[in-house]
Amino acid sequence: MELTETFLQLILTLDMTVRLSVVLILACLAGLFSERAGIVDIGLEGKMLIAAFFSAVAAYHSGNAWIGVLAGIAASMTFALIHGIASIAYRGNQLISGVALNFLASGLTVVIGNAWYKEGGRTPPLAGEARFSEITLPFADLIRDLPVIGPLYADVISGQKAIVYLAFLVVPLTWWVLFRTRFGLRLRAVGENPASVDTAGISVNRQRYAAVLIAGVLCGIAGAYLATSQAASFGREMTAGRGYIALAALIFAKWRPFYALMACLLFGLLEAISNLYPNIDVFGIFSIPVQFTQALPYILTVVILAGFIGKAIPPKASGEPYIKER
Amino acid sequence: MSFTKAILGTASALAITATAALSDPAIIYDLGGKFDKSFNEAASKGADRWAKESGGKYREIELSSEAQREQALRRFAEDGANPVVMTGFAFASTLDTVAPDYPDTKFAIIDMVVDKPNVRSVVFSEHEGSYLVGVAAAMASKTGTVGFIGGMDVPLIRKFACGYVQGVKATNPDAKVIQNMTGTTPTAWNDPVKGAELTKAQIAQKADVVYAAAGGTGVGVLQAAADEGIYSIGVDSNQNYLHPGSVLTSMVKRVDVAVFDAFSQGADLTTGFHVLGLANGGVDYALDEYNAKIFTADIKAAVDAAKADIISGKIKVHDYMSDNNCPIE
Repeated sequence: MELTETFLQLILTLDMTVRLSVVLILACLAGLFSERAGIVDIGLEGKMLIAAFFSAVAAYHSGNAWIGVLAGIAASMTFALIHGIASIAYRGNQLISGVALNFLASGLTVVIGNAWYKEGGRTPPLAGEARFSEITLPFADLIRDLPVIGPLYADVISGQKAIVYLAFLVVPLTWWVLFRTRFGLRLRAVGENPASVDTAGISVNRQRYAAVLIAGVLCGIAGAYLATSQAASFGREMTAGRGYIALAALIFAKWRPFYALMACLLFGLLEAISNLYPNIDVFGIFSIPVQFTQALPYILTVVILAGFIGKAIPPKASGEPYIKER
Repeated sequence: MSFTKAILGTASALAITATAALSDPAIIYDLGGKFDKSFNEAASKGADRWAKESGGKYREIELSSEAQREQALRRFAEDGANPVVMTGFAFASTLDTVAPDYPDTKFAIIDMVVDKPNVRSVVFSEHEGSYLVGVAAAMASKTGTVGFIGGMDVPLIRKFACGYVQGVKATNPDAKVIQNMTGTTPTAWNDPVKGAELTKAQIAQKADVVYAAAGGTGVGVLQAAADEGIYSIGVDSNQNYLHPGSVLTSMVKRVDVAVFDAFSQGADLTTGFHVLGLANGGVDYALDEYNAKIFTADIKAAVDAAKADIISGKIKVHDYMSDNNCPIE
């Protein structure tokens, strides 16, 4: 009895972990594409925010969640393009451009939202088809009663929303693109040694634009997930720092796709734990306060950066605009 | 140094003479934002009602960061706004330093006590109202488990929680109350995604009525409760209309009345300590056409009985903020 209870708690925690990790995974992979190509992207937060806003708006007016996702992607790509033009074409400081986008998104969403709906930046609530509903995978109900596998399949793997599956598919796809295609090789080379890529007759700037735009697409999906799956409308500052956690996860994962998945799942798990068990009692001796669990992702990242667990080495040319020799 | 001072002095003197004539009241909304469908929105309704009934004008600002707090307060005081009303406990320390600098301006702070001669402190007996919705929650729950989701973890929100728990336990001593706070920073007032996740976590632990005292975060709580087909309880404003058939009731806190009163008295605002409780209609539960179907006669009878007992003093609801402690969990 005690064991089944513990198992149910575990299933519950895993289910929530999956839900909470999705935004992080998508944002983290977006950062991965961008930084692998040598463009530091601190604007993940802003891109997700603007995407969340426009996806909520589009989903509300069209009544279709997928149109919301497309609108989110479009908005996020526009922001990505601004970042690209500022940091690739004009060789501006990538950190400053990213921060500027974050501020822009934060202000723009509230101003436009307030002008359109007069609710302080909040968009009208979405209902029915305008939101993603849960997908039940085949046989979920059939094998629910099987021990261990049953609930794991029926409650954790099945019954998630469409974007969740999409996010988990993007991880192997990212790996494949980066490490098994010519495009990926060039993209990584641009982030490590752009001069050599240039010598080989490939446009560094074009590669970097491609990477930045891919990051835009992924951030767009992440933002749309926030507004149309997790919540049912856009709310001011609704990304609430998730873009920065994704950046931390990216460092934690040392810029590798499957590690990124693991890092995001770990951070999601920590958030799920802090949601479900605010104060963890350790054998009745002392209790771990919820603040500690919430701070753990950041603590872990600092530990990684300090070089205690391996070393996090960013792509060599990351953050440096490429200036062609003449 | 003295030169700058002189310039600043002249500038502020000019500012005062230029605007001394107008003494419109002003209101400052806290970080949750004017349209949080809850606390600040109630305040803005009070201000709007005053403007409509008196034909007067008022000035307002929504804070968007902690740093603006003192700036906004001084700005209004220097521009001659009178009285200046601010919504939220977080203004207390700022007002404590600012109020003595503007002895001719009257200030009103809602949800906190600031002991200064030109300040009116309006506090509500949220523990009493929360007790009532606790009774309703315990009556409506089928599983015997109910939930509470607070915004930022501060004594004021624990006061809500404590009153709620007392109401639940008084009705059903075996009931379990799951409590969560959204966070420890002001962003906890505005994170509907987290609110929804916490609600789902509580539902998974068998809660079937969830009370949100979390400002804008509560929107997510109510949404998740409606999605999952359980009951929720709104706070501050009447939120019954948000999800008819799912919002069991709302613990209304008449912030609008507090603002309206302050605005109506204008520059002659009486200062001191004001308590708005059950007895004078400052807090209450909400019953309207949106929840009439689910707020059954049994529940209403129990809640009304508790209400009468609290007003008569037969039931004493413990106030968390009186000793920063809650007798029952």
